[in-house]
Amino acid sequence: MSSDGRVIPTPTPETQHYWDGAKIGELRLQSCNSCGKVYFPPRPFCPECGSRDVVVMKASGRGRLFSYVINHLPTPGFEPPFAIAVVELDEGPRLMSNIVGCPQTPEALKIDMPLEVTFETLNDEITLPQFKPAS
Amino acid sequence: MKRNATAIVGAAESTNMGKLPNMSQIQIHADSALNALADCGLTINDIDGVATAGHNAVELAHYMGITPTWVDGTSVGGCSFMLHVRHAAAAIEAGLCTTALITHGESGRHWIGRHGSPIFPSLFQMQFEQPYGVSRPPTMFTIPVMRYMADYGLTEEQLASVAVVQREWAGFHPRASFRDPITVDDVLGSKMICYPFRLLMCCLVTDGGGALIMTSAERAKDFPNKPVYIRGTGESAETPLISQMADFTSSQAFRVAGATAFENAGISHGDVDHLMIYDAFAHLPLYGLEDLGFVGRGEAGAFIADGNTRPGGQLPLNTNGGGLSYMHSGMYGMYALQEGVRQMRGTSPAQIKDAEISVVHGVGGMFAASGTIVMSNVT
Ligand SMILES: [Zn+2]
Repeated sequence: MSSDGRVIPTPTPETQHYWDGAKIGELRLQSCNSCGKVYFPPRPFCPECGSRDVVVMKASGRGRLFSYVINHLPTPGFEPPFAIAVVELDEGPRLMSNIVGCPQTPEALKIDMPLEVTFETLNDEITLPQFKPAS
Repeated sequence: MKRNATAIVGAAESTNMGKLPNMSQIQIHADSALNALADCGLTINDIDGVATAGHNAVELAHYMGITPTWVDGTSVGGCSFMLHVRHAAAAIEAGLCTTALITHGESGRHWIGRHGSPIFPSLFQMQFEQPYGVSRPPTMFTIPVMRYMADYGLTEEQLASVAVVQREWAGFHPRASFRDPITVDDVLGSKMICYPFRLLMCCLVTDGGGALIMTSAERAKDFPNKPVYIRGTGESAETPLISQMADFTSSQAFRVAGATAFENAGISHGDVDHLMIYDAFAHLPLYGLEDLGFVGRGEAGAFIADGNTRPGGQLPLNTNGGGLSYMHSGMYGMYALQEGVRQMRGTSPAQIKDAEISVVHGVGGMFAASGTIVMSNVT
């Protein structure tokens, strides 16, 4: 947790590659050599077919706004109201994100709007993938 | 599971509900258990099976003075009690115990003698969701709804109408937390919590409990209350991460638990006289109606807004007022089961005339788990 109370991720062995990637500006997914499935969150095996023959891949960083809420509740490390969103990546997997670089209003946040990844440095160890409207 | 092989013979809620500043959580369990024992004329010495969620089942057994031959601590959120009913039915059938006590007690408002979340924390949730500012359930459970609205045209007014209809039902119940009628405008004008969810679309936060006592159908005939037979059951689980729910407009856990219970019970939708769908938030009854197959995909908003589930409607739903108006301690499933039992006994303040089959459907976590119970007062 950071000094302002925001939750800071604690990487675990199977997720280290994801956080290492974020630190150098890469959004990383995994894909299965047996069945081709691209998946997230990180695991050392394929959740589709169970194969351990999986590789880490760099994602395009492009996606669309799949769904969201605008949180008005007091939240450590955030200034409400702010959007909590789920982004569907072009590669298929979905992940949670905030939507930065635009007003936090229903008018500005349109379902299916194109998004692209950006990175927010939380501390020396952790950089967090975030999404903003595609340029 | 064999149809109607077991029955609920004892059922009661805690003596008081709402604000219990002078009771610890385990005390609320015990108060509910003692009420359920009194309800069916049994004593602690008759109980040989215990199940509970959100609290150590061993502490429950010891606190109550029970030496169990069957213990179930399944704790997957608010539908845990549906799973307990299912597991108890199987245990009684298999001879693992003869008389099972299922308790719920939650100091949800005052946090007295309560030891954290009733659900195990999730590794991925802590790494991949919490850093984005999700915290309490209103910030997570609500996330899929904008997708549903975009795909099916559900309106905020229709979403609000869920709370309006349930408040109508709560009006029948002297024990309901909120009983005064509300309008769609009241709901939409209430405090914004997490857009598009306003305060009146979110469940209450209260203290309270409830307990059930189950035994074989054979023995059930000897009790003072009309037996409430367990006709069919189902359970399932999907994901602890709301962001990883496969379909944002439909719950896989709902579909599996519901279909399993309906098939097990050998019923079709037209047979259902009374329905409870766990409503932590206003969209839950919409997902439940569709995933259980009562209406088609995208039709539930209009179905409720048009009055089909209100008093006098064709499908009475959440007749206690639900988590939105009756009570919600955190794990509401027990109160949905209690209303199902009252309807089958013919003792609900909002009694559905001649009701013979009640379906009680629960959710655990944020669409994480589900349990469905089909009850009946006939075999
Ligand atoms: Zn695979």
